[in-house]
Amino acid sequence: MYLYDEFDRTLVTERVAEFRDQVARRLSGDLTEDEFKPLRLMNGVYLQLHAYMLRIAIPYGTLSSDQMRALARVARLYDRGYGHFTTRQNIQFNWIKLTELPDAMADLARAGLHGMQTSGNCVRNITTDQWAGVAPDEIEDARVWAEVLRQHLTLHPEFSFLPRKFKIAVTAAAHDRAAVRVHDLGLRLRRNTAGETGFEVMIGGGLGRTPYIAKTIKPFLPARDLLSYIEAVLRTYNQFGRRENIYKARIKILVHTLGAEAFANEVEAEWLPIKDGPLALEPAAIAAIAERFKYPDYEALEDNPRALGRARDQDRDFHRWLGNAVANHKVPGYAIVTLSLKPEGGPPGDATAEQMDAIADLADSFSFGEIRVGHEQNLVLPHVAQHDLPELWRALEKIGVATPNIGLISDIISCPGLDYCSLANTRSIPVAQDLTRRFADLDLAHDLGRLHINISGCINACGHHHVGHIGLLGVEKNGEEFFQITIGGRADEKAALGELLGPAVPYAEAADAVEDLVAAYLELRLRSTETFLDVVTRVGVETFKERVYATR
Amino acid sequence: MTAPSQQKLKVTGPVVVTANRLSDGAVVYRTADQRWSPRLERAAVGTTLAGASELLARAVADDGAVGAYIAPVEINPDGALRPGNLRERIRQSGPTIDLPTSSGF
Amino acid sequence: MPLVRHGAVIDDPFIRVEADAPIPDGAPVLIPAAHFLADAQRLSLRSAPTGVLWPNDRRVEELAPHLDRLALVALSFPSFRDGRAYSQARLLREHYGFRGELRATGEVLRDQFLFLLRAGFDSLEVKKVADASAFDAAVSRYSVFYQPATDGRTTAQQARLRRARWTDAHLSFCCSR
Repeated sequence: MYLYDEFDRTLVTERVAEFRDQVARRLSGDLTEDEFKPLRLMNGVYLQLHAYMLRIAIPYGTLSSDQMRALARVARLYDRGYGHFTTRQNIQFNWIKLTELPDAMADLARAGLHGMQTSGNCVRNITTDQWAGVAPDEIEDARVWAEVLRQHLTLHPEFSFLPRKFKIAVTAAAHDRAAVRVHDLGLRLRRNTAGETGFEVMIGGGLGRTPYIAKTIKPFLPARDLLSYIEAVLRTYNQFGRRENIYKARIKILVHTLGAEAFANEVEAEWLPIKDGPLALEPAAIAAIAERFKYPDYEALEDNPRALGRARDQDRDFHRWLGNAVANHKVPGYAIVTLSLKPEGGPPGDATAEQMDAIADLADSFSFGEIRVGHEQNLVLPHVAQHDLPELWRALEKIGVATPNIGLISDIISCPGLDYCSLANTRSIPVAQDLTRRFADLDLAHDLGRLHINISGCINACGHHHVGHIGLLGVEKNGEEFFQITIGGRADEKAALGELLGPAVPYAEAADAVEDLVAAYLELRLRSTETFLDVVTRVGVETFKERVYATR
Repeated sequence: MTAPSQQKLKVTGPVVVTANRLSDGAVVYRTADQRWSPRLERAAVGTTLAGASELLARAVADDGAVGAYIAPVEINPDGALRPGNLRERIRQSGPTIDLPTSSGF
Repeated sequence: MPLVRHGAVIDDPFIRVEADAPIPDGAPVLIPAAHFLADAQRLSLRSAPTGVLWPNDRRVEELAPHLDRLALVALSFPSFRDGRAYSQARLLREHYGFRGELRATGEVLRDQFLFLLRAGFDSLEVKKVADASAFDAAVSRYSVFYQPATDGRTTAQQARLRRARWTDAHLSFCCSR
């Protein structure tokens, strides 16, 4: 993972000092709320239903065990003992007092953590594949490029007051685990025929009120030109993005209005004068950052050690967990382990301070001190020796993060909803909890196979419902909670938006409707290996609609 | 629910003025003696557009809390105040779910 | 609103001319864009310094032909949240090579001072007197800057490379003994 040097540390410390001063000026009345709000948002401080919420960035989803302990400490000292991992590889604390925020941030800064640009009209946390650096199918480690971008775009003087937020995702594998096509800017690492590294540049994706899949405006951008080209994209957006209507202010609207080609031409015009200037990325510059990424000193191990096979044969539960939560690693003898933060009846993506500390210790013992956060709101231990898996599993079970439901129906992605969020129309967490109880039977869940349910409490789509196999969108009708249901969405390299099933269903019936969809799937599938998404693609939405609305 | 600050002012029943306390974001209600209280039972109740607007205007000028707006209440037969919709119920009594605790480990 | 230049509050030498009002001879003037462009030929021949107040929703490209005869370009922040003038400033400085005074007008708070200086502004029309007095503190808030900008401050990257070269040179010196 990336190791901060004194420059990185100094910047974060200086940021905390600035925020401390801003809070003081707010509390004394020198700053009005209107003046303070954009400033606190740029530090990730929201005002929600019950309290302030602090969003901490976890750059490209990578955490050290010490950083996890720092998060646990903040949860304990300043919050109510838990945190929530989000769909953008961040963590949220829901109860911190404004008066204590500077201290909490100072504590986090000591561990190299911050909330810079996790909110506000600026470039947000740059996300990537939570398996970056260890996935067998990647070209190279996407996180290095994410870090190059993160530094360039942190406190950028020109781009700190954009028309609206700007989200970037990077992937380096053919199978896109970073959902790049539903980001404002998606980057896909490629090699050209000469073997040079470059990026496919995709612009104008996004969910929310007007969802779009991003368009490719440059099939191959040489790595050298990454910063200058993105500078040109942002300069174009900064000047011409709409500002008078927040629902029309994202870059996707500008791209759609101009057309992808016209937009690309604007960017080209901004880019050509600057492409050979100081932003051209020389190999030394890339190396200076790449060098600070430390990789484990892997041992020379064999795949499938005998002890592993024995444990697998002896314990059915271990066997199931192994097949579900453990993925292949690029280094022989190692594995990528996903920790489920979706226990039966639990709020999706939450972890207690005790769990965080325990996971930090396990990371030290089993994963070279490194943890990842995925946009599915689960955690990952990315460097586990296969022979350690049985012992690790028992330890994970003890702290409740070994539910073998990764990618299955009970691995629900959900926003916090009306229980926390002032923007929400409906609650979402209780619906998720209810569904995890209804589908708690692991045999059933495994039989159903890969099935992503995404729940958003409002059109801002923080639960990414548009790209769920089953998407639930909270809406309000006459003061009552309802859900619109979509099916057939996907977030990967074949990204697609779900189609509306029919009229919104009342809150109390949402889980029933999901059960009806599942029942329909079981009836319609040709074989057990045909997934829910496969069936929707094959038979279409109408058939499902009939089943769900037959008695409604 | 539509963010209340974006709604047009309308009084069709009893209302209170509510906001979030500046120092810690806690939910507070405007009292008759022009202070902020975390207790709904201390809230001043407005029944006319003029009365509610006046209460709101003075609340907005009081920087001890932010984001003040008018929220519906219901009044029990015994005079006790109840939040007038789901959002206000949740604001008053907290999330409808149990917060994660370490019980079980 | 106090005008801050080179860290000090100064009196504005430029007279602000409202749209279509007569332009005083022999005095520095700040003229709205439309007014200037309608009479650019003549106004460019003024002997006294001429400045143009440029709106943030118009391409600076249109002003480019006149830049070498302008002493001042004032850009606009209708709200401090509206960041268009940062791009305009950088284009004026770095693309069009404007060397005159570049002024930020509109809603400018101390929290933007450093961004503004980095983007190439050298005078700021500041909303609050208290912010004007806090200018030095505000611009010394940060000592680390990640990205190159108009101001030319050393970036973290440059500092790192410099240090790496020093270390290499130092090591090779030590090791060669």
